[in-house]
Amino acid sequence: MAALSIHTKDLTKKYSGKTIFKNISFELSSGDSAVIVGRNGSGKSTLMKIIAGIISPSSGTMSFMNNGNKVEFHDVKRKLGFVSPYLNLYDELSAIENLRLFSGLKSDSAAGDEGLVSLLELTGLADRRNDEVKTYSSGMKQKLKIAFAMLNEPELLMLDEPRSNLDKSGIETMERIAEMQKGKGILIIATNDEDDLKLCSKRINIEEHK
Amino acid sequence: MNRIYEYSVFIIIALVIFAGIVLPIPDIPALGDKARVLYFHVPMSWISVVAFTMSLWYAVRYLRTKNIDYDIKSFSASQLGFLFCILATATGSLWAKFNWGSFWNWDPRQTSIFILLMIYGAYFALRSAIDSEEQKARLSSVYAIVAGITMPFFIFIMPRLVETLHPDPIINNSGKINMDTSMLIIFLTSLLGFTMLFFWVLNMKTRLEFIKYKISSNSD
Amino acid sequence: MKSRFLNNVKLVFLKDIRSELRTRYVINSLLMFVLVTISIIRFAIGDEKLEDELLTGLLWIAVFFSASGGLSRTFVKEEEKETSAALKLTAGPAEIFTGKLLFNLVLTFVLNFFILVLFILITGYTIKNPGLFMVVMSLGNIGLVAASTIIAAIISKANSKGTLYPVLSFPVLLPLLLTVINATKLASAGIDTKEIAGEFLILVSYNAVVVTVSLMLFPFVWED
Repeated sequence: MAALSIHTKDLTKKYSGKTIFKNISFELSSGDSAVIVGRNGSGKSTLMKIIAGIISPSSGTMSFMNNGNKVEFHDVKRKLGFVSPYLNLYDELSAIENLRLFSGLKSDSAAGDEGLVSLLELTGLADRRNDEVKTYSSGMKQKLKIAFAMLNEPELLMLDEPRSNLDKSGIETMERIAEMQKGKGILIIATNDEDDLKLCSKRINIEEHK
Repeated sequence: MNRIYEYSVFIIIALVIFAGIVLPIPDIPALGDKARVLYFHVPMSWISVVAFTMSLWYAVRYLRTKNIDYDIKSFSASQLGFLFCILATATGSLWAKFNWGSFWNWDPRQTSIFILLMIYGAYFALRSAIDSEEQKARLSSVYAIVAGITMPFFIFIMPRLVETLHPDPIINNSGKINMDTSMLIIFLTSLLGFTMLFFWVLNMKTRLEFIKYKISSNSD
Repeated sequence: MKSRFLNNVKLVFLKDIRSELRTRYVINSLLMFVLVTISIIRFAIGDEKLEDELLTGLLWIAVFFSASGGLSRTFVKEEEKETSAALKLTAGPAEIFTGKLLFNLVLTFVLNFFILVLFILITGYTIKNPGLFMVVMSLGNIGLVAASTIIAAIISKANSKGTLYPVLSFPVLLPLLLTVINATKLASAGIDTKEIAGEFLILVSYNAVVVTVSLMLFPFVWED
């Protein structure tokens, strides 16, 4: 049983000299779930991107441990799933092609299509899997992003505004995935939605770090 | 200490201007009085190269440390370097007008300095097209390095294309300094004076840019 | 480890090829651009029979400007469509850069084949040493692509992307262009291979230096 944990210390992000947030420190280990809250524009997405390694903090450190051993971010990346409004998949590829591409990039051995199809079944896109993503509605795109995040069975699942554009069945799936994640690893949600708050046990309020 | 430095710069440059323009110059075939330009032109070219190298060095340091101070230094050095590059071009083409008959003849030396001007121009254009300070620093540093790394190729390329008419560099291929002693003294003094001037202005410029950065980052 | 790198390079490269074949995002407008450029050259020349030396210059003008229209697109598109985050999450910078480099290389070779055929048909350009000519053109294209790809990555993060590309790429590409134009002239004039050994050396080392430096610097461009 893998036991990934994240340790952040004094994460600070400045943009053109303006402080977005400062001194955010937290620790999360396998089984933990945290919600990041704050006003619109308070830097929730920025913090999420920093944790996902897409952007770097202006100062502060972040490290990952596995069973007490330090692991390089390079290796964490392969066990990380991320849904974000600032992350799009390729419009001109079909759902299955997108998943094939990213699962190939993430893992050594190319996963068979069965695994990918079952992810699409889970999110309810299986019968449209061969259509180009540009023909999808925004809710379907969101579902595909969730499927993308679930590739390679992430130990760290990060959901930034996961509910956006989802219909009722999509929300149920999302909540089920979130519940399952708590049994398998770490879950982080950035949101202001009351229902999301209930999903998580810890809370990081960005407003307290201005 | 600072005052002494400033006064020395003033005195040295005043002396150089006087000596360079008024004192007799040994008779150099085909150049004559026109050789006087070297007192001013060569230091300008020298400084524009020094400034560019400094700017490159700080760009590398910035990428290594991500300390914004290095970017401020790199930017200040390149701004001053650009100014001296223009002065070198201007003094050079003034001399070219009287010696070669036209201000611009695409002599290899002129082409080289034209490219240096282009690189500076592109660097500033890039900086003004990026909003975030950190990105501006990172991307312009990368560009400066890419551009800087391709510059040395001209040393090999230019001679293959056209013969230069530019007088030998001060220290020429044979490694000898062929300059009259009195000229050499004035020239070296000038080199010292302008280099000192450059570092003095660079220091002020860097402080100014640093204050500007502080003000812009405290305005929230 | 090694095979993983190559595998990911291949995936990025094939992804770009597939996208391009589906959307014709770049190639259609580029081919039209080439047609327009070469037609303008034709009309400017009229019925005049130009010297091959001059034609070589015109040929490279066509190559440079068509490349400047197309090569910057790969990265710009990832930024505009906000797909770069997904790539960043799943692949390493060196893999992405190499994949894009290969894609640009293929794009440029296709484009240049088209330019060359049209150019020969329309202007009556003659090549006396075709083997050597092809080698020189290939080396020139590799250099063009190497320098353009890193600059494309830089401008994809800036504001005025379209106008910035030629401004940034010109000084970097000039040593390459001067050398390759000279070598192309000599090759089309049917000179012996030995006589442009110096140009070869410059082209090969330019390509090696630019590719190495680009690979080293790309992670700084790619991170946000």
